[in-house]
Amino acid sequence: MIFEYKGVKDISGSIIALDNVENASFEEMVEIRLDNGGSRRGRIVQIEGNRAIIQVFEGTSGLSLSNSRTRLEGKPMELPLSKELLGRVFNGVGEPIDGLGRIYPKASRNINGTAINPVSRVYPRNYISTGVSSVDTLVTLIRGQKLPIFSGSGMKHNELAVQIVRQAKIAEEEGAGFAVVFAAMGVKNDVADYFRRSFEESGVLQRVVMYLNLANDPIIERILTPRCALTAAEYLAFEHNMHILVIMTDMTAYAEACREFSSSKGEIPGRKGFPGYLYSDLASLYERAGMIKGAEGSVTQLPILTMPNDDITHPVPDLTGYITEGQIVLERSLEGAGIYPPVAILPSLSRLMKDGIGEGYTREDHAPLSNQLFASYAKVQDARSLASVIGEEELSQSDKQYLEFGRQFEARFLAQGMEESRSMESSLDLGWQLISALPREELDRIDNALLDKYYVKA
Amino acid sequence: MEQINKIYGINGPVVTIKGASGLSMMEMVHVGREHLVGEVIRITDSATTIQVYEDTGGLKFGDPVYGAGAPLSVTLGPGILDNIFDGIERPLKAIEAKSGAFVERGAEVSSLDEERLWELTLTAKTGDYLHSGEVYATCPETSVIEHRCMVPNGLEGKVTHAAPNGKYKVNDTVLKLKDKDGVEHELSLCQKWPIRSPRPINQRLYANIPLITGQRVIDTLFPIAKGGTAAVPGGFGTGKTMTQHQIAKWCDADIIVYVGCGERGNEMSQVLEEFSALIDPKSGRPMTDRTTLIANTSNMPVAAREASIYTGVTLAEYYRDMGYHVAIMADSTSRWAEALREISGRLEEMPAEEGFPAYLPSRLSEFYERAGLVEALNGSQGSVSIIGAVSPQGSDFSEPVTQNTKRFTRCFWALDKALAYARHYPAINWMSSYSEYTGDLSDWYAANAGADFMDCRKQIIQVLNEESKLMEIVKLIGADVLPDDQKLIIEIAKVIRIGFLQQNAFHKDDTYVPIKKQLGMMKAILHLYKAAQGIVARGVPISKVTETGLFEKLVKIKYDVPNEKLALLDDYPAEIDKSLEEL
Repeated sequence: MIFEYKGVKDISGSIIALDNVENASFEEMVEIRLDNGGSRRGRIVQIEGNRAIIQVFEGTSGLSLSNSRTRLEGKPMELPLSKELLGRVFNGVGEPIDGLGRIYPKASRNINGTAINPVSRVYPRNYISTGVSSVDTLVTLIRGQKLPIFSGSGMKHNELAVQIVRQAKIAEEEGAGFAVVFAAMGVKNDVADYFRRSFEESGVLQRVVMYLNLANDPIIERILTPRCALTAAEYLAFEHNMHILVIMTDMTAYAEACREFSSSKGEIPGRKGFPGYLYSDLASLYERAGMIKGAEGSVTQLPILTMPNDDITHPVPDLTGYITEGQIVLERSLEGAGIYPPVAILPSLSRLMKDGIGEGYTREDHAPLSNQLFASYAKVQDARSLASVIGEEELSQSDKQYLEFGRQFEARFLAQGMEESRSMESSLDLGWQLISALPREELDRIDNALLDKYYVKA
Repeated sequence: MEQINKIYGINGPVVTIKGASGLSMMEMVHVGREHLVGEVIRITDSATTIQVYEDTGGLKFGDPVYGAGAPLSVTLGPGILDNIFDGIERPLKAIEAKSGAFVERGAEVSSLDEERLWELTLTAKTGDYLHSGEVYATCPETSVIEHRCMVPNGLEGKVTHAAPNGKYKVNDTVLKLKDKDGVEHELSLCQKWPIRSPRPINQRLYANIPLITGQRVIDTLFPIAKGGTAAVPGGFGTGKTMTQHQIAKWCDADIIVYVGCGERGNEMSQVLEEFSALIDPKSGRPMTDRTTLIANTSNMPVAAREASIYTGVTLAEYYRDMGYHVAIMADSTSRWAEALREISGRLEEMPAEEGFPAYLPSRLSEFYERAGLVEALNGSQGSVSIIGAVSPQGSDFSEPVTQNTKRFTRCFWALDKALAYARHYPAINWMSSYSEYTGDLSDWYAANAGADFMDCRKQIIQVLNEESKLMEIVKLIGADVLPDDQKLIIEIAKVIRIGFLQQNAFHKDDTYVPIKKQLGMMKAILHLYKAAQGIVARGVPISKVTETGLFEKLVKIKYDVPNEKLALLDDYPAEIDKSLEEL
């Protein structure tokens, strides 16, 4: 039997309360019909006796205590799924907005998903060649990894993400399908449009599923957007054995939506006003990357987040870094120097690369070379800070060599064209060419056998 | 008649029952039709509050809540090792068999495999009088660990029946014990223990044996005792997990309990894969034979994350009571503290620092105090060492979890971002880390590593201290203006940093370094230092000394001297003298 409840008891922000509700279950979906014909959806977020607290996705403006009827749907929020998702555009809660009508669902899933059993996971080992030297050599992306891009407003993170999508040779050798699931959370209209156009130009649009919650869309939907996207990704990866790259932008806007929602519920805030459960909440998204036994597909995540005020210790990048398997950090000073992609390699890291590179995967010199590049580039920073105090002229011979190495490294290795795709092999060779500008004794991370083989004598 | 309680309110993982429930504090309960596991955390005369260890979506007002009549407990018995559990000791492999790759709710599986047969040897016979904690039967749990079944705490009496040796299942009755009141108790291979209470012991012992980890910066500079506690704080990407893995793989504890508390799923699958592939050099068997894993990844329910730490330490104490040295890796205690905060927030408790509940320090101290070298009830000696990773928010060590952990642990291995950026691993900062065990352990080092070990250690620390002072000057005016004797300190410190402190976990010899080699390396470095000091004092420019290539040679000792050919170390002093004499 389906009951309808007339009116509401309480309205506060996007939260309404309903009294005398029978048989409500936690996280159940509700439909609220307004007397003027409109309809909104919501979700039960708290139950106290027969009072239900409901979060309304589209916001509560226009609701009064008496002008609505609420109906419980009897199930949690589920996303209709089928392979037809590919090439379609949806709003933040999974409703089609491209005018092509509803999809015919083959399955439907709870958007919250369930945790992957750790023993069912396959440890990710296959690298994805992105054609970007700095990423491939130093922060190798592994299939099934979650590797966020930490950026700031106005930097070229979107371009980098698009370049990675365009150049990622993710599945060609295995014949399995490759698709992109794109979740936009609180991004500007033109950013979403930029992604759409770029996908179109690179001819992958038919393999893209888009979930768009733009900057002026309701924040409650923003909380559901990544969940819808990941549910679709999991379905395509584990039911249809496809390799899915999920791009989620912007995670900071998502976290801010969580904060807004939490404060309207009157919860005790944690750091910078973000809810105390932000870590668990972010983890429930990021942990949905991976591969499982018995399925060919994989979910790889490339979340993008803008660090407010370029501050990496801000709660959102901080908590993200603790969950994800590394990070690609973009730096404004490099961007200012006209270097694209402006990857700050020292704070960047890929935790999974150590097992996905080297002999049998990329090349036997990959790990020591990337270690050496990191270590030498760290010394470049020391030399630079010294030079800024005492002047470049006063530096020792060795420090001068480092400065020169740093300049060459940034100009030739980090910098590359937006359309330029470099093979793993050529990126590694380029690395050797540059590192060979330093005296051989300085290369303490590489053993002699490899130095004999690859070190380029001046 | 048993009273049936009904759900009144639901808020995230917190469920309330209205009115007097008849449940007791910390009692385990089953919530709703799916029998989700929960625990009573607050009782007032008008309401009872329960934290649920599983996702609460779909629960309804009025759903039943059943009390289990006992506090949240784990089952202790053979089958714990070489296994992987979630935060409340449910075996993940069994859950996988039942519900597939995704963890379903309300999975009711028994903690230990009830069908497996164990080759049991009864050590007690009819007529014996057994006290609590005494061993009555043993069985080989894995190829390297003998499991010892002990009389549960609080029970003692005369054996009235002892089964013959043979194959038994975990729940088979193998012994009957008549207590002084004449009541007969049946004992099987397993027993239960509430996770929040420490297991009783006879007495604590003086912890003066080091836990040798084979990691130079730990064993030499900041050693930890068997039964000791250590905190490993570090921002993300500084190598907390790597450090924990290295210690778990190589330390000389008999048993490892690895708790992945709110960490990454892929990391747990890596641990599983690596540990089963890694052959323990001492036994020639896979690492997993002496390891148990508790995996509560960050997307698994938050309340079970809170419990996972206690589950881990309870399992560790159980093996300690059998007389084993157990090391528990908790990665990461910050996630556990955050779970406390999250639940405290849902209970609308008054927050203290940064939203953490005011009882955070007391919970932390309760946990770390369960470590120790002890004499168990049965007289055997065992230890629990706790190594807890801390993930400070924003890499800021002044935040409450790091600060409070610092108060209750005696080793502090501070991981440093700058070192990690330069890929100097382990990134343990030698200036801000400390160990309070050095004094307690010096006798052991003198007797087992070498009489001069502690002296060498002191000199190494001195050089590093002087270097750090000099570096402040160097940063301002460059190294070129320093006098030669100070340049020498900088060069030697560089050898110590790169050649000694930095250690390559992926190199077959360098991943584990025996204590004798550590001493040999220190001696070689200090020998060069002394000899070079003499030469520089005679007015020979430092550039001449560095040109000999001795510094680079010492940096590579870690690769050039294999662990099984330590005699090669003896050649270094002579070679140093020879090269320097030529100057």
